[in-house]
Amino acid sequence: MAEPVISIRGLRKSYGEAEAVRGIDLEVQAGEVFAFLGPNGAGKTTTVEILEGYRKRSGGEVTVLGEDPQRAGREWRERIGIVLQSGRLDPYLTVRESLGLYAGYFRAPRLVDEVIELVGLREKAEARASRLSGGQQRRLDVGMALIGDPELLFLDEPTTGFDPTARRQFWDVIAGLRDLGKTVFLTTHYMEEAQRLADRVTIIAAGEIVARGTPEDLGDRESQPATIHYREGGEEIRVETTTLVETLHELTGAALAHGGGLEGLEVTRPSLEDVYLELTASAQGVE
Amino acid sequence: MNGLALVGHQFRYDQKAFWRNPASVFFTVMFPVVLLLIFATVFGSQTVDVRGGIKTTTYYVPAIITLSVISATMQSLAMSLVIAREDGRLKRSRGTPMPPWVFIAGRIGNSIVVALMMLALLAAIGRVLYGVEIPWDRLPAIVVTLVIGAAAFCCLGIALTAAIPSQDAAAPIVNALLLPLYFLSGVFIPDDQLPSGVIHFADVFPIRHFFEAFFDAYVPANGAASASISWDNLAIVAIWGVVGLLLAVKFFRWSPRNG
Repeated sequence: MAEPVISIRGLRKSYGEAEAVRGIDLEVQAGEVFAFLGPNGAGKTTTVEILEGYRKRSGGEVTVLGEDPQRAGREWRERIGIVLQSGRLDPYLTVRESLGLYAGYFRAPRLVDEVIELVGLREKAEARASRLSGGQQRRLDVGMALIGDPELLFLDEPTTGFDPTARRQFWDVIAGLRDLGKTVFLTTHYMEEAQRLADRVTIIAAGEIVARGTPEDLGDRESQPATIHYREGGEEIRVETTTLVETLHELTGAALAHGGGLEGLEVTRPSLEDVYLELTASAQGVE
Repeated sequence: MNGLALVGHQFRYDQKAFWRNPASVFFTVMFPVVLLLIFATVFGSQTVDVRGGIKTTTYYVPAIITLSVISATMQSLAMSLVIAREDGRLKRSRGTPMPPWVFIAGRIGNSIVVALMMLALLAAIGRVLYGVEIPWDRLPAIVVTLVIGAAAFCCLGIALTAAIPSQDAAAPIVNALLLPLYFLSGVFIPDDQLPSGVIHFADVFPIRHFFEAFFDAYVPANGAASASISWDNLAIVAIWGVVGLLLAVKFFRWSPRNG
């Protein structure tokens, strides 16, 4: 297998007495969209800013694109794009100008018009940043991170505070990046976002990794009890089972034998959201 | 792009943003013009007892140019850099391959160009409205004095950002430092009316020395035709600038204070 784009071994970070990150390991492969999921204060931003070279780690080993971010220089920065958790734009420059300014910082930038298209701001190309909605500003922020045509893009909680429409538009942009073959490291506290965008999800809580996997098999949902709901004589019935197929067979068999149906039949498994809440709640209970 | 071309690139965008920002245009460009008009109108008929007696307007033109240079450099840089820092814009730019000195050089270039434009604008207003001669033969001395002063006040402005915790604090802190010194240094009140103790106090700070150097360059001393650069005053301004530069290198922050 090719060398991972990001490799972290035993990463630690303390701020004075407080340990924000307590020895985590993870790897991100080229071309994948990796979601780093966790509640506020879990250590996501600390980790991502160590990967971006903004913060120094207290311990452990970190390699990003083959270099230690703490020591990496200009050449390394040509290959990465960063969208910070909070960052406003120059209110007096237009979308095109902001991108043009950043294009000049890179040796081989993408075309400004191409990036405007990519982040869906064609209609707003000549508008100043101060005239953009929150979602549009964030997409311009992503555009500025993409203008250098990076191999690796960091997005730190990019959709916090978005309305559902803006969030969906943003997700479309990120889906487009996957098609371009970019590696994306995304932090978020929205389960749905991780589920929608990521190839792999790692959950961090209180500075430790509590779960990792694909959005489908995360938290081993397959083996967790499923719940069967139906109504009988107007009464709501709930059956929890770990042997779903057998239980369903019995229920439906019995119902058919009596010539009836199972009104309002529904089967639910714990959602990724449920798994996430349970995992992070128990990790924070340790605190 | 090589370093110098990149500075030019950064400068072009800084210029755009500067002229579109109503606050920077008002405080850096309009405010000195308004001050000159007010002082000239209110005190225009009087004389100032320096250089054996000169017209008040002849005094105020170089005085207000001095103020406008400090405003375009120290004041404008301190405020705009703090705003950019707290917005997270400085941090974002540090995530790119652009070397940090390029960004700073672009901003300093922007300030010095605006300062030179203010020199031209205020000198022209002084000439047209009040008949204050533009000393063309002394132009090299004027420009050298202005550029050395502007560079020093840029360094002081960048250093000052380290003492400004938030966007809201920027204007009060900058004005609390500069406004009293304008009064005490003879920029607002002609120095023949200031007690010598006040002048001695003001002599500790760079504004007074920059004003004296600029005044010497702009207003010919009695009968002296030769262009003169007031090196002793400029040396003190430059020392302040170097101190500012060292403090800036040590304490300047790219990341927001609140984050």
